[in-house]
Amino acid sequence: MTTPAIAASGLRKSFGDQVVLDGIDLHVTAGTVFALLGPNGAGKTTAVRILSTLIRADGGQASVAGHDVAAEPDGVRAAIGVTGQFSAVDNLLTGEENLLLMADLHHLGRAEGRRKAAELLEQFDLVESAGKLVSAYSGGMRRRLDLAMTLVGAPRVLFLDEPTTGLDPRSRQTMWRIIRDLVAGGVTVFLTTQYLDEADELAGRVAVLDHGKVVAEGAPDELKRRVPGGHVRLQFADAASLDAAARALGEGNRDESALTLSVPGDGGVRSLRGLLDRLDAAAVDVGSLSVHTPDLDDVFFALTTDKEAVR
Amino acid sequence: MSYAMRDSATMLRRNLRHLRRYPGMMIMALGMPVLLLLLFVGVFGGALNAGFATRPGGGAYVDYLVSGILLMTVGYGASMTALAVNRDMTEGIISRFRTMAIARVSVLTGHVLGAVLRTVVSATLVVGVALLFGFRPAAGLGGWLATLGLVLLLAFALTWLAVAVGLAAKNAEGANLFILFVQVLPFLSSAFVPTDTMSGAVRWFARHEPFTPVIDTLRGLLLGTPVGSSAWIAVAWCAGFAVAGYVWARALFRRDPAA
Repeated sequence: MTTPAIAASGLRKSFGDQVVLDGIDLHVTAGTVFALLGPNGAGKTTAVRILSTLIRADGGQASVAGHDVAAEPDGVRAAIGVTGQFSAVDNLLTGEENLLLMADLHHLGRAEGRRKAAELLEQFDLVESAGKLVSAYSGGMRRRLDLAMTLVGAPRVLFLDEPTTGLDPRSRQTMWRIIRDLVAGGVTVFLTTQYLDEADELAGRVAVLDHGKVVAEGAPDELKRRVPGGHVRLQFADAASLDAAARALGEGNRDESALTLSVPGDGGVRSLRGLLDRLDAAAVDVGSLSVHTPDLDDVFFALTTDKEAVR
Repeated sequence: MSYAMRDSATMLRRNLRHLRRYPGMMIMALGMPVLLLLLFVGVFGGALNAGFATRPGGGAYVDYLVSGILLMTVGYGASMTALAVNRDMTEGIISRFRTMAIARVSVLTGHVLGAVLRTVVSATLVVGVALLFGFRPAAGLGGWLATLGLVLLLAFALTWLAVAVGLAAKNAEGANLFILFVQVLPFLSSAFVPTDTMSGAVRWFARHEPFTPVIDTLRGLLLGTPVGSSAWIAVAWCAGFAVAGYVWARALFRRDPAA
């Protein structure tokens, strides 16, 4: 067993009398993607800020890349890269100058710095705008430059705080591809997101954070299995067919106005065939059929409490 | 230690690059002292000259005025730093710097070094303009070197104070308060008229506030007149500002950033 890239136990943080993190434990294996999933205000960003040495925890312990965040912050800083929600770029410099600034701060030599900057501009599709001031960049370009700047130091552990929030679908796909490439290169990624598909798409493990507590943790598939919600939806042409089907199957949720019947089921071929056989035997005419597997949305809504609803 | 210096040099290059790209701030910081010079020499100068001619060791009013203008040049220069530091703090880039394995103080020392260099350039230009307005200094090489030394010390001191104000302010409006400090205090000092022509409480304040000894020392050095105890009081005030500014700035920079 190698040292985990990130290990935290009992992390607590309050701002004033507002408890933001209420004792969370995290364990991230090196070379994997870990997603911290949660609604706005769940404490995701605070967790990243503590793990990246930006702020101190009130209680608990955390180590990143084998260094304690409180006792050896410089050791942690040398191993990590952080790209936050708000772009951390210098608006008064060009894209290339921003990258060279990072190279200088990482004490790369002049030639090495230029080589690295050129390589990242290429990789992040920023070559054409390298000489333009960042203040003229689009949102997607800023986000790419932001991540490129973070990668100048070749971090082993990468923190990405909502990396695709506010990006258009295309930029989002590009960002996902970049993240996958990084992980293929051995980088550990700690990702926060409020998008369930993003966690599903990228992460090997997901922790769901709500009101400062981890309410569920596991592989996306494990989490999905824990939540009921898989069903087959049958659509009928008229109310008579719906009635007949409901009688034949003897179960399911019927929706009179939409003329649909939802039958619990995992959507496997065998169970589907059984279902259709039963309907055939009763001579029920089914208009159409769709299979709904539980997704992380179901997990999310099952596990997190909606503040709006409570209010 | 060498990393701290290297990182400071990197941050200095960053600030100088900002300056080159956006010279507007520098022009404004330089424009105000020149404007005051124009106003006080060109507009009020005639009337003030008459008064000065009757004073013992009077001379031309412009000769009296330049040291105060020089101090204000340094002050305006420092207030630019308050704004630049505040802009850094309120933008995301500072979080990036804080999560990197760099000498943290270099973010601030880069600003201070940049400001001091900038101020020397501004002060030189202001003296050049003053010469065009008829300023006739009597300083020898030693006097000029001592003037440069005091301008540097003042710039260093006021800039550290400005860095702290920039860190403490929540936004640019807050950071702008520093301008008030460097704009109002000189008017209540010996910058524009001698303190003995002032009345009552104003005179007491003008004689004891920090800028008066600095201005009097600069004036003495430039005009070749005796400086007296002003020099030491000026140096003490500068050292006090520098230490207070540095300690305050360091404490502000070390605390956890707001959530």
